[in-house]
Amino acid sequence: MSSKYEDVIIGLEVHIQLTNLKTKLFCSCNNDYRGKEPNTHVCPICLGLPGSLPVVNKNAVEFATRLALALGCDINKSFWFFRKNYFYPDMAKNFQISQYNKAGGRAFADGGKITIKLNSKKKELQLNRIHLEEDPARLVHKGSIATSPYALVDYNRSGVTLIEIVSDPVMNSPEEAREYLKQLKSIVQYTEISDLDLDGSCRVDANISIKGHARSEVKNINSFKEVERALKWEIQRQKNLLKRGKELIQETRHWDDKRRVTIGLRTKEFEKDYRYFPEQDLVPIEITKDFIDQVKKKLPEMPNARAKRFQKDYQLSEFDSEILVLDKDIADFYENGVKSEKSFGPDEYKQYCNWLMGDISRWLNDNNNVIKETKLTPKQLVDLIKLINEGKITGKIAKTFVNEMMKGTPILEIVKKSGKSRIADKDKIIKVVKEVLEENPDIVNDYQKNPKALEALIGKCMKKTDGRLDPEITKRLMQKHITEISAKNSSED
Amino acid sequence: MSDKEEFSKETIDYLSKLALLDLTEEEKVKLSKQLRDIISYFKKLNDLDTSNVKPTTHAIEGLKNVFREDIPWKSLSNEDALKNAEHKKDGYFKAPRILKE
Ligand SMILES: [Zn+2]
Repeated sequence: MSSKYEDVIIGLEVHIQLTNLKTKLFCSCNNDYRGKEPNTHVCPICLGLPGSLPVVNKNAVEFATRLALALGCDINKSFWFFRKNYFYPDMAKNFQISQYNKAGGRAFADGGKITIKLNSKKKELQLNRIHLEEDPARLVHKGSIATSPYALVDYNRSGVTLIEIVSDPVMNSPEEAREYLKQLKSIVQYTEISDLDLDGSCRVDANISIKGHARSEVKNINSFKEVERALKWEIQRQKNLLKRGKELIQETRHWDDKRRVTIGLRTKEFEKDYRYFPEQDLVPIEITKDFIDQVKKKLPEMPNARAKRFQKDYQLSEFDSEILVLDKDIADFYENGVKSEKSFGPDEYKQYCNWLMGDISRWLNDNNNVIKETKLTPKQLVDLIKLINEGKITGKIAKTFVNEMMKGTPILEIVKKSGKSRIADKDKIIKVVKEVLEENPDIVNDYQKNPKALEALIGKCMKKTDGRLDPEITKRLMQKHITEISAKNSSED
Repeated sequence: MSDKEEFSKETIDYLSKLALLDLTEEEKVKLSKQLRDIISYFKKLNDLDTSNVKPTTHAIEGLKNVFREDIPWKSLSNEDALKNAEHKKDGYFKAPRILKE
């Protein structure tokens, strides 16, 4: 780890929307508010109208149980909700229903851990607790918050279930925080409680301090991708102040993702100001061992266990397995593919993994897409690898197929359309080799002093044929012919 | 802490700020007195020995695990949702701009 950060202490509070629920946490309004007209997924409960009463969504409790089990937390046998009072238009009731682990209250679950790997070193990051709470409404400002004359409120999001995952202050660098979030995202995907690729489905507050100094809490980091950037900026700010001999103050700061800076908020919100007290409109919840066992039975294999199995079943390296299982959809795709072809063995398993993590992942990244949104099928990749191994196409040509493959076009059709089947016919290759040698006397001369010129000549051959020549045969024939020419040239000298 | 301290002018200012209430000086004096009376009334509870009593968190004892199934209902129409709102615009509720400061 870089010594630049060894005195940095970071703790994260991650809020995750349970997007895979159908209804909100305390009312049956449709959970799927994205892209909907404002204030159309609302009812007397999530609008906080007098006399309305909340009722807990059963599946929200099950989803929280799934996550708690996957993270290795201790689930509390009994807990109740609290009111967190504050006056802000994003909560119509003037309080948020949340959980509280003081004043006799308990979180949903305590402890747990997330294991990360950074520079091939493993580190276990301790969690503090997870709890359930409701999402506030979305505020829309005309122009900037500072100058807008009013706020427009859309309560569609109000009451959507959030799970808050609080870590201990155990991370020592922005990179560790990034890996922590990567693993958390993976675990959430495996538990099938949320789709964190959806816009706004996760928000992060970060506590950051330099050892021995006051900490700041950076709020409003609205995506996992922004966290590393916000942390780096805030650490730099604190270090710069210390360097100039200034002392840091404990404060709340806001991450401005447009200007990419943290801004101090003059607000001093103390916990006591929230006047936490038990929510009387909801009765306590008891989680039985039977219930936990039932949920446990339905949990799929988690990424850690799956990576170990991939090493065993497909003889992949630890490194390959761990990257491959990170995205459940990719890992499922992999298993569907390699299992469907009986003739595949360790070599093909590795090849299949390389294709998925290499060219396919690169394409997904470049196109800002995820595998389940493309038409690529596991079988296409099986066919592609078979064609390469049978020598029908070269690996280089295969790479040019990726774009077309993502549209779901069968491999044989792509080969036919492109006319790019491999040329292995010796006579055909010799013809190209001779042409290239004739056309490039300078490079041929150069070869005497610089054997690397051979690669340049092979490159010319490939260019002439759209890369269809078999690279091995071409190399052999080129070497043979250029040696002959060189011998002739030097005897003439 | 004495009653006087608890409802000093600072306390009333602080509470009204938390509650986002604009109080006149007159109201502040009136409310200080009322709040002090309420607090001292509740302080009578301190006369009882409750060291062996489990705190009550919910008024109805024994009721637990009241759940509903995760099935969507028909929500209010936008028109109905905004019907009683005094300030609205383009389907939104209109709220004063509040800078948390
Ligand atoms: Zn509702």
